[in-house]
Amino acid sequence: MIRFSHASKRYPGGYDALQDINFHLAPGEMAFLTGHSGAGKSTLLKLIALIERASRGQVIVNGQNLAKISRRKIPYHRRNVGMIFQDHQLLFDRTVFDNVALPLVINGLSHQEIGKKVRASLDKVGLLSKERAYPITLSGGEQQRVGIARAVVNKPPLLLADEPTGNLDPELSREIMGIFEQFSQVGVTVLIASHDIELITHLPYRVLTLKNARLSNDSAPATAGQY
Amino acid sequence: MPDSVMILHQQQQASIEMGNWLHTYLLRHLQVFFYSLGQLTRSPLSLLMTSAVIGIALALPTGLHIILKNMQNISGDLDSAAQISLFLKKSTSDTQAQQLISQLKAMPQINKIKYISREQALQEFKRLSGFGNALKALEKNPLPAVIVVQPSLSQSNALSNTKATQQLVEQLQNKPYVDIAQFDMQWVKRLYTIMDIIRRGVIILSALLALAVLLVIGNTIRLAIQNRRDEIVIIKLIGGTDTFIRRPFLYTGFWYGLFGGLIALFLVITSLLMLSGPIEALTQSYESQFSMQIIDVNSTLWLIGGSILLGLSGSWVAVERHLREIEPT
Repeated sequence: MIRFSHASKRYPGGYDALQDINFHLAPGEMAFLTGHSGAGKSTLLKLIALIERASRGQVIVNGQNLAKISRRKIPYHRRNVGMIFQDHQLLFDRTVFDNVALPLVINGLSHQEIGKKVRASLDKVGLLSKERAYPITLSGGEQQRVGIARAVVNKPPLLLADEPTGNLDPELSREIMGIFEQFSQVGVTVLIASHDIELITHLPYRVLTLKNARLSNDSAPATAGQY
Repeated sequence: MPDSVMILHQQQQASIEMGNWLHTYLLRHLQVFFYSLGQLTRSPLSLLMTSAVIGIALALPTGLHIILKNMQNISGDLDSAAQISLFLKKSTSDTQAQQLISQLKAMPQINKIKYISREQALQEFKRLSGFGNALKALEKNPLPAVIVVQPSLSQSNALSNTKATQQLVEQLQNKPYVDIAQFDMQWVKRLYTIMDIIRRGVIILSALLALAVLLVIGNTIRLAIQNRRDEIVIIKLIGGTDTFIRRPFLYTGFWYGLFGGLIALFLVITSLLMLSGPIEALTQSYESQFSMQIIDVNSTLWLIGGSILLGLSGSWVAVERHLREIEPT
């Protein structure tokens, strides 16, 4: 699903955010991306979502070489990548329903379809009762779940999450991780950037560790042999 | 199922899907169309102010254009009103004058003749000049009798008219009883030149004010884009195309254009209505059958259509310039 081969990212000014990254994430696989801040976690996710482009090497997502995607085609690529952010990136002047519906509206779906899919998505994250609420009235955990509902409403084959539990307490964090596990189980590839080592090591998933812009460790999941 | 039936079935399917797609597409446009209006009416004061600026800027050239058009209507009459005044010698009696008139009537170059006797001239002068009382002080009527001659003109050639009229004037000057034959086309020529200057001035002014409207709308849309920067970033992150993001701003420009145009129309109509009374009184004093035309359907459509076009293009320029700058980081 995701293949990095010798990918590097150098920002203007000569700062190397990523150097010679190599890894492959199979379809349906769930993995964590960790490392201390500044190690390049966010940059790696940005390369996958085409928010940034690799300076050298190749990034292939869903069989497509990202270097070959023109600026105009980027939106269509992003529709296949559900993204979840630490700060949720919700629109505060719209209801939960409208926030979750946005990717479908962009896709040009009909009214009925949008209603069905949004409710299904909200149901999955347990927020069906809040569809008329405004995000500002929700707790941090609930807002994050709205963000997740929006990311998956289109049923993208790939989910990226950047510090999705960054501001949440351990219990809520585990809850959020549980939601990701559910998506992984139905075949969605999930890559979660997180520095919450405590949480990650207790979960049976592959961990990619970045250190000084390089991939320093690629550990198999605790329940080895699965991948 | 035979192949041909299969194909027919597929074609039907395709046309149904096409119809659905078109339906959804139009529905989406309609939604954004009214959504952008709803967004605007949330802050009615700023909507009103921006539209008023556009309206005033457009009302000015439109109003001038209409006044100019009216002036052309008047001056169209002026051609036929090119008159030669024959001031008769004071010693001329009415019967002598009538003799002259019947002579003139036989001339083919002359179209119409009007005789104003000394007495009539005095009455008219009293009525129009307001010097009635001063004239009473005079023992004798100081005014001569006048024969107003209208030359027959060809509609097409103004220059040959002028020449022919000059010849006619010289001819009339030599008639008996005629003191002075006066023909003054110079001021009509001057009027035409002045009107040409005004017309060009209006064109230049229109171009400048259209540019101003473009900039006003462009700037308004630029601010709107900046206000919704976060929203644009989010939409780009979840795969919104530039077309999708551009659409509400274009419709916003459309609404500004429409409201600006309507305000301009309102301003033009009220101002011209206020002016039309005195203007008609003025033209009537020149014995013209002129009635002022406020604004016709054609000009209205041009005004509103042009205004909407300016709104759309202003926002297009702004969106093109600023949308690329906003990218998720």
